Amino acid sequence: MAEQIKNFLYLNRRAPYGTIYAWESLEVVLIGAAFDQKVSLAFLDDGVFQIVKGQDTAGVEMKNFSPTYSALGDYDVNQLYVEQESLEERGLTIDDLMHLTWEDEDEDWAEKDSIRVVSRAELAKIIEQQDIVFSF
Amino acid sequence: MKFAIQVNEGPYQHQASDSAYLFTRAALEKGHEIFRVFFYHDGVGNGTRLTTPPQDDRHVVNRWADLAEKHELDLVVCVAAAQRRGMVDDGEAERNGKDATNLHPKFRISGLGQLIEAAVQSDRLVVFGD
Repeated sequence: MAEQIKNFLYLNRRAPYGTIYAWESLEVVLIGAAFDQKVSLAFLDDGVFQIVKGQDTAGVEMKNFSPTYSALGDYDVNQLYVEQESLEERGLTIDDLMHLTWEDEDEDWAEKDSIRVVSRAELAKIIEQQDIVFSF
Repeated sequence: MKFAIQVNEGPYQHQASDSAYLFTRAALEKGHEIFRVFFYHDGVGNGTRLTTPPQDDRHVVNRWADLAEKHELDLVVCVAAAQRRGMVDDGEAERNGKDATNLHPKFRISGLGQLIEAAVQSDRLVVFGD
């Protein structure tokens, strides 16, 4: 359907369960993956909580959708930027995040990290390079 | 220029739909093309024909419908978001065994692929919401 390839960036800025934005953003990412576009995700502000490991939603009786992030690599969605300052402001480090990986077809399916921690300034440049920016 | 519009918030509660409408109308008046308006999250609520605002207020739903009538706008409500929030057309009513419909006839329900396609096909995607 899409005859041209654009750079898509999904900005995830909100905590995962307080509102539905995070989950419905993920639904767009999964559907969009079928369109053969160049896709990356960024997690900033409270959005960094979306990929914190060990999520347990039993107490709030909501669906724990965090395992879905682990499947993104299989959809060729393997550029996940996490903003350094957002982590620091919330007392988090990369060790608090899920270990999200993808397998590189060009290097004999070597497992590689999907997450790249970038500074606020770097993220601004990444946003600048995009054709399409979805903000959720 | 060719625009795709995304509306992420419901009517009246939030200004997003008003801003999107005003932007869309202004763009059309300037001779630009609107490839599609896609309603997502609570934005799907902009498509209910059962809305009844006070008479001295704007009618957000009918205003979109009138603009669509005038300019043959494609107003698309996301199916997954619609199902969660009780937005139903004839097809959805039949598929999910519902006893009523509420989608305005100038809107249509379709999938998220329509949003991605609109983003790919347009020069700019403009997102309205927080």
